[in-house]
Amino acid sequence: MLNIDNLHATAADTKILKGLNLSIGTGEVHAIMGPNGSGKSTLAHVLAGRDGYEVTDGSVTFLDSELLDMLPEERAWHGIFLGFQYPIEIPGVNNTYLLKAALNARQKFHGEPEIDAAQFLRVIKDKARLMQMEQSFLNRSVNEGFSGGEKKRNEIFQMAVLEPRLAILDETDSGLDIDALKIVAAGINALRSEDRSFLIVTHYQRLLDYIEPDVVHVLAGGQIIKSGDKSLALELEARGYDWVLEETSSA
Amino acid sequence: MPAKNSEVKKLVDKKYRHGFVTDIGSDTIPPGLNEDVIRLISRKKDEPQFMLDWRLKAYRHWVTLREPDWAKLDIDPIDYQDISYYSAPMQNDDGPKSLDEVDPKLLETYEKLGIPLHERAALAGVAVDAVFDSVSVTTTFRDKLADAGVIFCPFSDAVKDYPELVEKYLGSVVPYRDNFFAALNSAVFSDGSFVYIPKGVRCPMELSTYFRINEAKTGQFERTLIIADEGSHVSYLEGCTAPMRDENQLHAAVVELVILKEAEIKYSTVQNWYPGDEEGRGGIYNFVTKRADCRGTNSKVSWTQVEAGSAITWKYPSCVLRGENSVGEFYSVAVTNNMQQADTGTKMLHIGANSRSTIVSKGISAGHAQQSYRGLVKIFPTAHNTRNHTQCDSLLMGKHSGAHTFPYMEIKNPTAIVEHEATTSKIADDQLFYCRQRGLSEEDAVNMIVNGFCKEVFRELPMEFAVEAQALLNVSLEGAVG
Ligand SMILES: Nc1ncnc2c1ncn2[C@@H]1O[C@H](COP(=O)(O)OP(=O)(O)OP(=O)(O)O)[C@@H](O)[C@H]1O
Ligand SMILES: [Mg+2]
Repeated sequence: MLNIDNLHATAADTKILKGLNLSIGTGEVHAIMGPNGSGKSTLAHVLAGRDGYEVTDGSVTFLDSELLDMLPEERAWHGIFLGFQYPIEIPGVNNTYLLKAALNARQKFHGEPEIDAAQFLRVIKDKARLMQMEQSFLNRSVNEGFSGGEKKRNEIFQMAVLEPRLAILDETDSGLDIDALKIVAAGINALRSEDRSFLIVTHYQRLLDYIEPDVVHVLAGGQIIKSGDKSLALELEARGYDWVLEETSSA
Repeated sequence: MPAKNSEVKKLVDKKYRHGFVTDIGSDTIPPGLNEDVIRLISRKKDEPQFMLDWRLKAYRHWVTLREPDWAKLDIDPIDYQDISYYSAPMQNDDGPKSLDEVDPKLLETYEKLGIPLHERAALAGVAVDAVFDSVSVTTTFRDKLADAGVIFCPFSDAVKDYPELVEKYLGSVVPYRDNFFAALNSAVFSDGSFVYIPKGVRCPMELSTYFRINEAKTGQFERTLIIADEGSHVSYLEGCTAPMRDENQLHAAVVELVILKEAEIKYSTVQNWYPGDEEGRGGIYNFVTKRADCRGTNSKVSWTQVEAGSAITWKYPSCVLRGENSVGEFYSVAVTNNMQQADTGTKMLHIGANSRSTIVSKGISAGHAQQSYRGLVKIFPTAHNTRNHTQCDSLLMGKHSGAHTFPYMEIKNPTAIVEHEATTSKIADDQLFYCRQRGLSEEDAVNMIVNGFCKEVFRELPMEFAVEAQALLNVSLEGAVG
């Protein structure tokens, strides 16, 4: 589904990604762990098409298209979803309204009719229940005045409504209390399917107790330096990153 | 460079949808201003002596004044002798008696602007006074309103039909001595709307005036007077458009609202005069004096404005809160793009005890536009236990636009509670990216964010206007990002 080949990216002339390779198959769940500042959010942003990064080398294909040639909204229409590490507040813009506009833009791109209003409301209600969100959240302004945990839950709610092909979740588990973590994990698990893939950035193996990843990667110094199964996450939790870094530098 | 020019023109055409000219014969007096011109205007309108006397007093005062220069506006000098002060579309000597006698070209013009004047086709529940250059073309639903005792007619009719009301209230809120542009307007004003709502009457329809400038080299100087007698209620809307021309045109209006005890006026404006092109050529100079006088206990006025057009806007709708418990509100969205400039805000003058006021101002600046909010909250010694809340937000788009805030406060009574909040934000790249990541195009994302920013003001507008205002904002900001 996603194929990243030798990706180099800079921001403000600082080299951040330095030859990153990663391949995610359809229906797979990959977790990325790594020290602060190693480039995890940068990777997520570059994949989603955020301004301010320059790709200096490498390529990314997504479902047989050149991802890097597309505008951010085109990537969304093709099925990319980014759950933000720091979700943005948009005063005065109704949460539901944003989602409806987003869905309809995608429908239009694919030459399909607008979503029927009644059907849309049903979907919204269902997904809100899944995320155990109060109805009132739906009609509030996007993320405005939401607590940190509520914002994260809202990201997963949006993902559930938009039903992407590839969900990139950047530290969705950070700042969640234990109950919220379970809800978010249940939300993600409910969306796991044969034709949907996940790239989950996290610092804690705790999340992976609930969401079993197929592959765990370590991103450090702008590269994937180690990959393994979920036992790698347990090992990282116990031993930290130093041993992996040493292993690679001596190799 | 003809190719490039036509490209630019196409672009501007697309943005300003009301830029066409109606080709119609007109009775336009030659440019220039002196006492004879004023006499001529008054004679053309067949006015009683008191009107002519008042005009002449205003004119004699005006010649002693100089244009105000305190606003943060950069204006090319205006040659007041190069403007024609009266232009009327040709019609029979007495003017049309009914819609059937109105020139079809005029009806077509309003049709094109989305304001059908035939009552059958008209928006249900909205009566319209259509002012074309210096005269009122027609006023719809006059009979139906008359049944409720409501007077809604062109100002020039009111001068003849209700001289005692006009003489009593004209200039009682905005005297001709008020300022340079008010004095000029008082001397040369040609038409506008007149409204009287009798005691205890709730006006059965929305009233609206649609101002259209058509003729080149003319100014439009309209005057609106609304009197809400005790315990009455009215909602009034005003809209404005003009053709696209390379030269600037002057518009200097005066609006006076008289609100007696327990009465309420809700006054909404969607101002969309031609703003000029991208390089700042042409556009309307809009100098407006609007004031409401809340004269009695529990009088209430609410101004809502969406200012999207004009090359220059100079406008401060104000509230004189004389009555005890009187209430003044000002909700404003001002959008400036390209080379537009706006200096706008309000004055809240608290004289009566327990009077309350609210100011919500939203300014959006894009391109090279400059915008200022200028507001005065004045609490007189008599005004015990008054309250004001001011919220003033600016949104900047792009790197070259500017927003400025000039809040003035004069508080002469220690029991007053006056609060002021101000924010300036850039349309954040974060917000745009967030919306686009979800699947909105850049343009839709901008529109959504801007409309969200203006929501508190839009929800004060009557339904039909809110939709129009939103669409207008989107068109005005087309191409502002990216
Ligand atoms: N726009 C930018 N300009 C300059 N430096 C940047 C920019 N964006 C990111 N960086 C730098 O690139 C490095 C990687 O940042 P990134 O946010 O991708 O890290 P991360 O792995 O997500 O870290 P964390 O675990 O703390 O979220 C950091 O050193 C950061 O300061
Ligand atoms: Mg990060």
